[in-house]
Amino acid sequence: MSIERTYAEINSKIKSGKVVVVTAEELVTMVKDKGITAAAKEVDVVTTGTFGPMCSSGVFLNFGHSAPRMKIQKAWLNKVPAYGGIAAADVFLGATEMPEDDPLNSSYPGEFRYGGGHVIEDLVARKPIKYKAIAYGTDCYPRKEIETEITLDDINEAILMNPRNAYQNYNCAVNLSSRTIYTYMGLLKPNLGNAHYSTAGQLSPLLKDPDFRTIGVGTRIFLGGGIGYVVWNGTQHFPDRLYDKNGKYLGPSGGTLSVLGDLKQMNPQWLRGTSFLGYGATLTVGIGVPIPVLNEEIIRYAAVPDEELYAPIMDYSDAYPNRKPCDLGFVSYAELKSGKITVNGKEIPTASMSSYKKAREVAGILKQWIQKGDFLLSQPAQLLPNADDGIKAKVLKG
Amino acid sequence: MSPKKIVLRFTKTLSEKPIIYYLVKDYDLVVNIVKANINPHKEGMLILELSGEKYEQGLDYLRSQGVTVQPLTQEIIRNEERCSSCGACTAICPSGALYMERPNMEVKFDGDKCIVCQLCLKTCPLRAMEVRF
Ligand code: SF4
Ligand code: SF4
Repeated sequence: MSIERTYAEINSKIKSGKVVVVTAEELVTMVKDKGITAAAKEVDVVTTGTFGPMCSSGVFLNFGHSAPRMKIQKAWLNKVPAYGGIAAADVFLGATEMPEDDPLNSSYPGEFRYGGGHVIEDLVARKPIKYKAIAYGTDCYPRKEIETEITLDDINEAILMNPRNAYQNYNCAVNLSSRTIYTYMGLLKPNLGNAHYSTAGQLSPLLKDPDFRTIGVGTRIFLGGGIGYVVWNGTQHFPDRLYDKNGKYLGPSGGTLSVLGDLKQMNPQWLRGTSFLGYGATLTVGIGVPIPVLNEEIIRYAAVPDEELYAPIMDYSDAYPNRKPCDLGFVSYAELKSGKITVNGKEIPTASMSSYKKAREVAGILKQWIQKGDFLLSQPAQLLPNADDGIKAKVLKG
Repeated sequence: MSPKKIVLRFTKTLSEKPIIYYLVKDYDLVVNIVKANINPHKEGMLILELSGEKYEQGLDYLRSQGVTVQPLTQEIIRNEERCSSCGACTAICPSGALYMERPNMEVKFDGDKCIVCQLCLKTCPLRAMEVRF
């Protein structure tokens, strides 16, 4: 008889210490050994993980009111501008923001040594941050400037709010041109010199729940070393299914998550300021999502191995920047992880932008939290749209 | 005199000249090539072990040709705590000093193979690679 479980049943097993949790990687091996049905009977929760650069990340900060009071118009943290166009003592600091005096790419390729993502790492590491703000002054908020030093503990709230994280799948980037290019997928050597990819494949959260049958608004997750929540679909959430020319299913793509959590309980080990030569600064984020084994179908998807998950190969010298079609085919994560792939008949080395080792650690930590009874699963208030909803990306004219 | 290690860097035009030949013929130096690399822009990097009476004159000759000469006192180290083992450096490192160990997917660093080209310093997104003087 097929297995059916509810969130309540899984949570009562977590509370009684009887829950069976495996990481998505362990599940792959388990299913190869025992088959889907036996694994579905045994396992209650599958944990996933990823640790990679996620540009759409940022933090809402609320500062204590100064005397006299001040309505922040513009603010800088360690010289990195934060957006002050919200309430008087609130700002939003984005991971990709750079100091105004940074040479950016005018000294090509720019190094982008310190940006918003680095400020977030320093904040969460409890390092002192130089804080400066200016204002135009009002009757209720007369102060016009402030320069001081703060740490994360000196401010009221710090909410990590990442509008688009945990891409379901991503391109494998190559360079067909004859010059070196610098991209958010790293340095790409000319004439197919290397290929870079960026997901944890069989461990990656949204590859393991491809149709969003368990992940939705309110899903409790591992975020930056603390507990966070999925609060909506991410921006650019265009869930899709990939097929090759012969109609063979190659896995999902296009889904994204919007996530939120309290920065104060996170850990700089899992939120790292990141610099891409010639591209910009960002934040590397650790995210782990638990998948409740509600039925056999859910575990079947969660057990899909690297050999059966594919990334599209994309030329970043012309096709990607200019939005032209690219016909370089697909490559499996098993091939990508082997260290070399063949593109256009040429064997080229591969490397990842996201860490498989750290993804494994994230999934392992989440597993421990659940086993110890510290982390209960939350039933989503609403599931996220999936590929059947047919959401399509719009093109900006101009 | 005991051999000294030096790093030579040269531009595209210089990399076609027989510089080593003159070091041996005109300055009577004993040359041991430790590492050599020419990047895709055809700029060259050479690490030499040099010894001989006319060592200083040899270096002057190199400089007169436009070669940048530096003693090899730099060492590349990896900040193990910062490195995430992402692998972003592994397809870039020209000497194989940074490589992915499979199947555990851990990035390893073999300092003996490093030619101090410093490419990883710039390309490591987490800035885990550092140069020590
Ligand atoms: S690119 Fe940096 S963080 Fe990634 S493996 Fe290399 S040294 Fe480590
Ligand atoms: S400096 Fe870095 S990239 Fe260059 S050889 Fe050494 S480890 Fe490799």
